[in-house]
Amino acid sequence: MKKLLIANRGEIAVRIARTAREMGIETLLVASEPDAESLAALSADNVVVVGPAPAPASYLNQDAIIAAALDNGCDAVHPGYGFLSENAVFARKVADAGLIWVGPNADAIEMMGNKSMARESARKAGVPVLRGSDGPLEPAADAVDVARGIGYPLVVKASAGGGGRGIRFVQSEDELLATIEMARGEAASVFGDPTVYLERFVQHARHVEVQVLGDGKSFIHLGDRDCSMQRRSQKVMEEAPAPDLPDGVRQTIRESSVELARECGYSGAGTVEFLYDPVNQEAAFIEMNTRIQVEHPITEQITGIDLIREQLLIAFTGAMSFSQDDVKFSGHAIECRINAEDPDNNFFPSPGLITAMQWPSGVGIRVDTGVEAGSTVSPYYDSMLAKLIVHADTRESAIEAMLAALDETRIEGVKTTIPVHKRLLGRPEFAAVSHHSKFIETVADLMGAK
Amino acid sequence: MATIVSPLPGIFYRKPGPGKPPFANEGDTIEVGQTLGIIEIMKQFTEIQSDVAGTLESFEVNEGDMVNPGDAIVVVREG
Repeated sequence: MKKLLIANRGEIAVRIARTAREMGIETLLVASEPDAESLAALSADNVVVVGPAPAPASYLNQDAIIAAALDNGCDAVHPGYGFLSENAVFARKVADAGLIWVGPNADAIEMMGNKSMARESARKAGVPVLRGSDGPLEPAADAVDVARGIGYPLVVKASAGGGGRGIRFVQSEDELLATIEMARGEAASVFGDPTVYLERFVQHARHVEVQVLGDGKSFIHLGDRDCSMQRRSQKVMEEAPAPDLPDGVRQTIRESSVELARECGYSGAGTVEFLYDPVNQEAAFIEMNTRIQVEHPITEQITGIDLIREQLLIAFTGAMSFSQDDVKFSGHAIECRINAEDPDNNFFPSPGLITAMQWPSGVGIRVDTGVEAGSTVSPYYDSMLAKLIVHADTRESAIEAMLAALDETRIEGVKTTIPVHKRLLGRPEFAAVSHHSKFIETVADLMGAK
Repeated sequence: MATIVSPLPGIFYRKPGPGKPPFANEGDTIEVGQTLGIIEIMKQFTEIQSDVAGTLESFEVNEGDMVNPGDAIVVVREG
């Protein structure tokens, strides 16, 4: 029997343990001290405490995690999302220790982690990209000239950034040079690499993305998702398939994402993210995430395919279990991220003891949770508690089903973002798909600012 | 003496990031509104600022310590 180390916590650790159990794979969870008796720890077959609460001493402690894997006879490491999931150094260490890394190889992680290199690979694979500096803005280049070719407004992005970090906005030419200088300084200190590049800025863009899978030989997509409901570049609510997308655009992003995976000889699950400009009906590459995404369940609900199972099959056997023709899409799915934050007080974090918890049930309802009644929400980690997912025949019925499911959900002891999800789902802009990735910040009663 | 207390629960840091110099040290002259440290809670960061002017007398918590609302963070000798 194979043994899998899970290098994560919360709902994704529970999620990975569930599929591993179904596949007859034994699991070992590495946990921090306060997580030793968490729901994830109860879900895994074995638990090793690798360090104290702060993530650098536990969930980011590469040597302790690899030692735990070797000492306990593990064959493979699943990193989940966040933490070490896109750390090429760690992926390489895992492989060098003779363990299987559940994900693409370190070279692919490294390439996609460098945002200007990723953009260049995307362009070569035929993925549409925004007008920009085509690679890093060389320190010697005439930035004013390059920027005129792109047009204003534009953004200066750190090559080593990503996930909404390391981005600066430039409205007009007089701000350009000072902003580039500031962005280089910031990138050097925050990411350890001063390289920046320029990219056209799209007003009121939606965020759409394509789920891809590869096993190094064949490469397929599992359709698209829309994650435009964001707050400070962090996704709040997602849906699949992406609504109100012209057929040509949908086809382009799906097929070119597969080509990008092929170009890299990709192995594992990945997501190619796009900005979609609804005015000009154009999509453009943002970045590729070389790991499982938080919002993967909505793709699972509309395809009936277990993505964690495919990740493990690819890692252990070198082949996924189906081809593009086997992928069939059915209905519409929505996911709400339930965070321990107070939406009526500017989303202020709300750690503490969960005194009561009741989840909805019924046809088409799925709950991926990392906590239960009696769990303590730690101030040390991300505020996401659980994901509520509904699947229905149409987008309209999925919205109704989600509203009913949220009404049925009860979490006491900590404040949660459930009220803001209800407000978002009731907005006419969401029904009409006229929302965009800055929508939440522009509507005062959604922000709940006092 | 004025005591600057934490308005929120979280983890206290004297530095803006690993390898960076501290925001302030004992003996420093402090102005109103000056940042003395940050509190991290669930990946959100809140600056702790002085509401008085004076000399930084002492830190009441260590780097990386957990604090609760109302806990003393820094003592400032006013004037």
